Amino acid sequence: MGNPLKCDLCGEPATVHLTQIVKSKIHKVDLCEACAKAKGVTDPAGFSLSDILVKETLEASESDPGLKCPECGMTQQDFKKHGRFGCPSCYETFDGMLKPMLGNMHKGIVHIGKMPKKVLERRSVYDRLTELETELTTAIKSERYEDAARYRDEIRQFQESIGKKRQD
Amino acid sequence: MKFANSKNPSERNAKTDAKIAALLDKPPEAPVAAHGDQSIVLVTRIRLARNLAENPFPGWAKEAQRGAILAKCEDAVSRIPQMKRSTTLKMTELTEVERDVLVERHIISRELSASKQGSGVIISRDLGSAVMINEEDHLRIAVLKPGLQLKRLWSAISAIDDALEDTLDYAFNAKLGYLTACPTNLGTALRASSMMHLPAMVITGQMEKVVRAVNQLGLVVRGLHGEGSDASGSIFQISNQTTLGESEASILKRLSGVLETIVDQEVNARERLLDGDARKLYDKIGRAYGLLKNSYVLSSTEALNLLSLVRLGAGVGVFPENSRPRIDQLFTLCQAGHIQYAEKTAKAAPERDTFRATMLRAEFENFTRPDFNLSGKN
Repeated sequence: MGNPLKCDLCGEPATVHLTQIVKSKIHKVDLCEACAKAKGVTDPAGFSLSDILVKETLEASESDPGLKCPECGMTQQDFKKHGRFGCPSCYETFDGMLKPMLGNMHKGIVHIGKMPKKVLERRSVYDRLTELETELTTAIKSERYEDAARYRDEIRQFQESIGKKRQD
Repeated sequence: MKFANSKNPSERNAKTDAKIAALLDKPPEAPVAAHGDQSIVLVTRIRLARNLAENPFPGWAKEAQRGAILAKCEDAVSRIPQMKRSTTLKMTELTEVERDVLVERHIISRELSASKQGSGVIISRDLGSAVMINEEDHLRIAVLKPGLQLKRLWSAISAIDDALEDTLDYAFNAKLGYLTACPTNLGTALRASSMMHLPAMVITGQMEKVVRAVNQLGLVVRGLHGEGSDASGSIFQISNQTTLGESEASILKRLSGVLETIVDQEVNARERLLDGDARKLYDKIGRAYGLLKNSYVLSSTEALNLLSLVRLGAGVGVFPENSRPRIDQLFTLCQAGHIQYAEKTAKAAPERDTFRATMLRAEFENFTRPDFNLSGKN
């Protein structure tokens, strides 16, 4: 037997060997039984090798160590240590660091697929508001004041109804 | 910080005992697929990760915050129609062995089992869906069905997701999709996986090749003990790796195409084994049966590998087709947690190995004897 492979996380002899190709780049990870278990490698539900790759990619990414999430207080160092964000706002805080990471991790960098109904509704509400505002401006410009007044009332009603919904 | 793995759970009373016994004393599901073939794809599951807007993720939240999130999610989940007469379990209510049993039945993850105060799971009455709360994300919704039924699973899980969304405000970003604690789950936050039994591919040494090909398609293959190894009863999990930049339908279609190809390859490999030297294959199967029927000590790895061969036997006509659901149950019953749950004194591995062998001897005493027919029956 040659040199046994060592666990990438703790240095113990590795018994679990993973190969993952992400975007035609080969990543190899060797883990010992304990780390594999701790990382959920044997868990059908949760493991993904890119979990481990997060750290790898982070080492390479440009960083601003002073960065701290205003919502939850997570720092860049914390993220490096845990490999997990602290709260949804962290995605805005660490946007710069995240971008190069996402490219390596996923098929694309923009979400395609299901959206919460509330988001869809909100979207159509904003679309409708923008539309009414444009109509209003055009009406004023072309001195159609009766139309303008109607649009103005409609916008007001619309805004009130959204406000009510929010309070519900 | 309190961890949930105390020997004597703090939140335990007679009512909790009854609730847990009702769930765990039943034998593990041996569901028969209403649709599709189950001989190669044992079970398929989809999970969605969801988080509450404006709340810290579970791993970063303080104990009080985790408690509040658990209460809020538990209330929302138990009210949806899919969770009528469901069972709610807090991790702090369970012993370590009970949690192991749930992990081995694929109802909760190892991570949830090891999690801190303030996490739990809600399990549907038919055990086909479960929502884990405060695992890595606030909500991990999972549905599972026997065989390969990705479309049905997607409709089921999407309906649960819609129902939850009526009362919970999800963390969502138009550009990045559903926001998750780990950026590897962003976007659809969907992970679909099939558990496949591929003994003929292992015997014919094709797993390495399959793993490489599947990886190139952006999917992951995992054996229980490393790639291509046969230490886990030739059972492999195949799942999608990426979640952002591709719709749910497209992820599932890609996965489904690959799974169907692997099923075909396993079928071909089985045929080749029978066409080549069927005697060798039948000998392996017969010996496995003999060991299961007569051993005095069996480790879980050995038991799984022997059961795997008997299961293959049911696939090639050595054992009746209808013996397979029981073999699938035995796969679960043989694992350490189940053994320890059944035999409370079997705390260490040597005792468990003896108990496991005793259980299997009794089981195979009444099992249909192998029927070898070398005239090309399969």
